[in-house]
Amino acid sequence: MSVSVLASAAPGYSSAPFAVLTALVLVPAAGALVLLAMPRTRPDLFKLVALLASASTAAMAVWMLASFDRGDAASFQFSERYQWIEGLGVSWHVGVDGLSLFLVVMTALIFPLAIVGVEAEHSPKPYYAWLLILETGCLGTFVALDLVMFFVFFEVVLVPMYFLIGGWGHGRRAYAAIKFFLFTMFGSALMLVAIVALAFLHSSAAGGDVTFDLVAIAEAQLLATDTARWLFLAFALAFAVKVPLFPVHTWLPDAHTNAPTAGSVILAAVMLKLGTYGLVRFGLYLFPEASVYFAPLLVTLGVVGIIYGAVAAAMQRDLKRLVAYSSVAHLGFIVIGTFAINTEGLTGGVLQMVNHGVSTGALFLLVGMIYERRHTREISELGGLQKPAPLLAAVFTVVMLSSVGLPGLNGFVGELLVLLGAFNAHRWWTVVAAAGVILAAVYLLWAYQRVFHGPATGANAEMPDLRWREGLLMAPFVVAIVFMGVYPKPVIERIEPAVDAVIAHVEANVPGFAEPVAQVQPAVTLDDLADSSRADGHHGEGADSSSDDHGSGGKNGSGGDSSDGDHGSGSGDGSGDHGSGSGDGSDGDHGEGGG
Amino acid sequence: MSAVLAQLGPVESPAVDWAALLPVLLPAAGALLLLMVRSLVPARLLRPVLDAVWTVALSAAGLVSVVVLWNRDSEPGGFGDQFVLDGTAMFVAAVVLGSVALVAPTLPQYCRRVGIDGSEIYVLILLAASGAVVMAGAADLIVLFLGLETMSIAAYVMAALNLRRLASLEAGIKYFVLGAFSTAFLLYGIALVYGATGTTSLAGIAQYFEDFIVLRDGMLLAGLALLLVGLAFKVAAVPFHAWAPDVYTGAPTPVTAFMASAVKAAGFVALLRVFVEALGRRADDWQPVVFALACATLVVGSILAAVQDDAKRLLAYSSVSHAGFILVGVQAASDEGATGVLFYLAAYAVIAIGSFTVVASLSGPADDRTSLDSLAGLGSRRPALALGFTILLLAQAGVPFTSGFVAKFSVIAAAADARSYGLAIVAMISAVIAAFAYLRLVVTMYFRDPEDADSDEPRAPVAFGAAAVIAIAVLVTIALGVAPGALESLSSTASGR
Repeated sequence: MSVSVLASAAPGYSSAPFAVLTALVLVPAAGALVLLAMPRTRPDLFKLVALLASASTAAMAVWMLASFDRGDAASFQFSERYQWIEGLGVSWHVGVDGLSLFLVVMTALIFPLAIVGVEAEHSPKPYYAWLLILETGCLGTFVALDLVMFFVFFEVVLVPMYFLIGGWGHGRRAYAAIKFFLFTMFGSALMLVAIVALAFLHSSAAGGDVTFDLVAIAEAQLLATDTARWLFLAFALAFAVKVPLFPVHTWLPDAHTNAPTAGSVILAAVMLKLGTYGLVRFGLYLFPEASVYFAPLLVTLGVVGIIYGAVAAAMQRDLKRLVAYSSVAHLGFIVIGTFAINTEGLTGGVLQMVNHGVSTGALFLLVGMIYERRHTREISELGGLQKPAPLLAAVFTVVMLSSVGLPGLNGFVGELLVLLGAFNAHRWWTVVAAAGVILAAVYLLWAYQRVFHGPATGANAEMPDLRWREGLLMAPFVVAIVFMGVYPKPVIERIEPAVDAVIAHVEANVPGFAEPVAQVQPAVTLDDLADSSRADGHHGEGADSSSDDHGSGGKNGSGGDSSDGDHGSGSGDGSGDHGSGSGDGSDGDHGEGGG
Repeated sequence: MSAVLAQLGPVESPAVDWAALLPVLLPAAGALLLLMVRSLVPARLLRPVLDAVWTVALSAAGLVSVVVLWNRDSEPGGFGDQFVLDGTAMFVAAVVLGSVALVAPTLPQYCRRVGIDGSEIYVLILLAASGAVVMAGAADLIVLFLGLETMSIAAYVMAALNLRRLASLEAGIKYFVLGAFSTAFLLYGIALVYGATGTTSLAGIAQYFEDFIVLRDGMLLAGLALLLVGLAFKVAAVPFHAWAPDVYTGAPTPVTAFMASAVKAAGFVALLRVFVEALGRRADDWQPVVFALACATLVVGSILAAVQDDAKRLLAYSSVSHAGFILVGVQAASDEGATGVLFYLAAYAVIAIGSFTVVASLSGPADDRTSLDSLAGLGSRRPALALGFTILLLAQAGVPFTSGFVAKFSVIAAAADARSYGLAIVAMISAVIAAFAYLRLVVTMYFRDPEDADSDEPRAPVAFGAAAVIAIAVLVTIALGVAPGALESLSSTASGR
C-alpha cells in the first residue's frame, strides 16, 4: 500500500505552507555568508549570528516535526522539486519521511547546542562559518531525494569538517584532517560513477530523459541483477567508509580524537549517520535485491565492528578515543539492524541512529568539558572527579548508561529492537553481537570508574563542577535520553510506517524474499515495547534518581545490561519481564504490522 | 590586356563571411597595430597599462563579436570550407578570448615587478589567441596546422620572455624544441591521412569514411597515430607531457596561466575536431589508444602532483591530470562527451587563471618564490587571498558547489553513457589522489606556521588587476558550481551545432 503512496510522491506534491526543507538547508548557509561579510572588529557578534541562524533552523525543524503527518509517515512529506541542471537531468528534490524525519530534527537541534556550548578557541569567524556550512551539508544530505543532489551534499560536508579538524583541532590535526578527507572522498569517488551509471542504465531501460530521481529509479527497479549488485557495492563502499564499518574505520579514531569538541559532537552525532542513513535509503530502498544478497556480508562486518570496537575501546588510554571506538561498536548495531531487513531490526536501526546521536554527542560534550578543565584526556591522569564535580558525574552517568543500553534510557529501546530483528534474520551472529552489549558495559563502566571514582588528587581535586550554563546545555540531552527511553512511542510510530514501506518494497522486488520474522510469535513487539518501557520507565527513573550515589548506580547498570543481553538472544524469555497483559495486546498488533 | 583577362574568365573566389572572421581578425589586427604604434611612438608617451587596456578591449570586442555571431540565425559562416565558425568554434573562441581578457589585467604589475619590458607580451598573447581561434574553427587539417603554429610560436617566445630568469629561457628552448618535434609528427600525420583519404578537409575525411570502407588501412592508421601524438603533445597527455612541468614552472606565471587555459583549450578542440568529427567513424581504432592515454595522464599527473614541493610545479602537474579528465570526455566520442569537454575547458580555464594568478602575485621580484614553504601561514597573513586560493583549489579537487565538480561530473557522465566504466573509475580515483595535492597546499596555507623569518617580511600588496582577476575567477567558479545550467546548455548547444 505504501509503495503506491511512494510512487505518487510526484512533483508539486507539498503539504507545507512554505518551502520548509529548502529553507532548512539554505538558512545555515545564508548565516555563513552573513558571517563572512561581517567586519572583523565585532567578534562578539559572530557567535550570535551563528546561533541565530542555527536556532531558526532548529525552530523550523521543530515546526516540521509538529506538522508532520503521522498517518502518512511512509511517504515523502514537505516535498519540493525544482529543475537544477536541466541538461543533465539533475533536480533539487527534497522530502522527509519517517526514516529521515528524526535525523533532520536531531541535526537541526544539535547544531545550535554545539554552537552555544563550545567556545571557539580562536578565530571565531571562520569557525562558526564552517559549522554553519557543515549544517547545510548535513541537512541537505538527509532531505535529498535526487541522487546527484544527495552526492553533492554528502561530499560537501567534507570541506567544513576538514577545516574544523585541521584549524581548531588538537594533536596531529593536519594529519587527521587529511586522512578524514581522503578516506571519505575515496569512498564516495566510486559512488559518483555508480550514480551516473545507474541513471543512464535506468533511462536506457525506461526510455525518456535521464533522471537522477531516487523515487523514480527505486520504484522502477529496471536494472539487471548483476549490474545492480555491482552498483550497490559502489554505494555501500561510500557508506561503509562514512559509517564506518570495520576494515575502513581507521580514519575515525584520529578524526574524533583530534577534532575540536564541537567537531567531535557533530561528527559522531550527525555525520556518521550520513553513512547509515545512506545504507537504508540508497542501499536497501534503491537496491533491494543486492541488499538482500549482500546482507550477510554487511551483518558480518557489523558484528566484527561491534566486537572490535568494544575491545579496542576497552584498551584505550585516551577518554575521547575510547568514546570514538565505542561509536564503531554502536554503529555496528545499526548496520546489523538495518540488514536484518525486518520491521524490528530496521526500526531499531533508525531509532538507534537518533539515540547514538544524542548519547554520543552528549558524551563528547562532557569529555570536552573535562578536557577544558583538566587539559588532559588521559584516563590515568584523571580520577575521583565525582567528588569535586558531582553534577558532572551525574550527567555523565546518565549519558553513559544510555550508551550502555540501560533499560529505561533511550539506548535500550533501540538496541533491543535491533537485536530482536537481527535474531530473526541472523541468529548466531546476533548472539555474538549481544556480547557487544556486555562489552559496552565493561568498557564504559570501567572508564567511568577510573575517571570518577577513587581518591581525587592534585588538580583533579580542584576541578570545578558544571557551571549552570553547561548544565542548561546538557539538559536537553538528558531529557531526550530519558524521554525516548521511557516513552519511545511517538518516535517509533513515525518511523515504523516508513520502515514497513521499505520492507514491503524489498519483498515486492526480491523474488523469494520474505521478511524474516520469528517462527514463534515474539512476545515483545513495538507497541508492546512502547507500553512496557513506560512501565520500565519507573524503574529507570528510580535507578536514575538513585544513581546520585554513583558506585551502586553503575553496578546496577551493568547488571541490568547483561540481563538485557540475555533478553535479546532469547526473545521468548522477554515476556516474563514485561508482563502478560501487554504480551496479549502485542500479538494482535503484530498481525497488522506484518500484513 | 583586357583580352587576356577575358580569356581567363571569372575567377572563383571563396565565399568569405567577414563577420565570422572577426574573432580571428580582431586580436590579430590589434596585435599588429599595437606593435606598430609601440615602435613609432616614444615609450615615455604611452604607459604600459595602456597595452593591457588595449588587449582587454580587443579580446572583449572579440567576445562581443562571438556573442553576436552566436545569436545570428544563419548557417555558420567562415572562409569557404577552410574555416567554419560553428558552435564548438564559437564556444572555444569565447574561452580563448575570455582567457586573454582575464590574463591581460594581471600583466602590467607583474611585468614591472619582474622586469619584463616592452609590449611584446601583449602582442604575442593576442597573436597566440588569434591562432587558437583559427584552430577552433579549422575545417581543414592545413588550416588547423596554421593556427597551431601561429599559436605555438607565440607561446614559445612568451615562455622565454623573462630574460633575467634562467628557468624561463630553459622553458622557452625546451618548449620550442619539443614543440617543433611534435609539430613534425602532426604534419607527417596530416600527410599520411591525406594520402589515405585524398583530402585534408575534415568534412571531406568524414564523408570519405561514410562512403568507403578502407580495406588496407595501414597508411591511415599510421597517420592517425601520428596525428594523435602531435595533438597529445599539445595538450600534455602522458607520455607526451614531459615538457609541461618544466615549461609551466619556468615560464612567466601569467603566461603559464594562458597556456593552461587558452592553449590547452585550443589543443583539445583540435582533438575533438580531428578525432570525433573527422575520424568519428574510425572511433574503434583510436578509442582504445585515447583510453590508455587518459588513464596514464590521470594517474601520472595526479601522483606526481601529490609529491611536488613547489606550488607552481604542483599546479603544472595538476594541469596534466586535468588534461586526463578532459580526455575522458574525448574518449566517449559522443555529443555528451564533447559537451563535457567544452564545459570542462571553460571551467578549468577560469580556475587555472585564478590559481596561477594567486601564485604570480606571491612569487616575489624574481618570480621564483613559489615553493610550498613560502605559502606557510598565508591563511593568517592574507586571509582573503588564501580563501580565494582555497576555493579555486577545492574546485580543482572537484568539490561540489564549484564549477570543478560539475565539469568532472559531466565528463564522468559521458564516460558512463559510453559504457567506459573502467575509465570513469580510474578518473575518480585519481581525483582523490590529486585532492591530496590540493589539500597539501591548503594545509600549508592554514595549518602551518611560517618557518623561515623572511616570509614574514611584508610583501607587495596584490595589485588591483590581479586581485580583480582572482575575485572574478572565484565568483565564476562558485556561480558555475551552484547554477551550472546556463553554461551546460551553452556547451551542449555548441557541441550539437
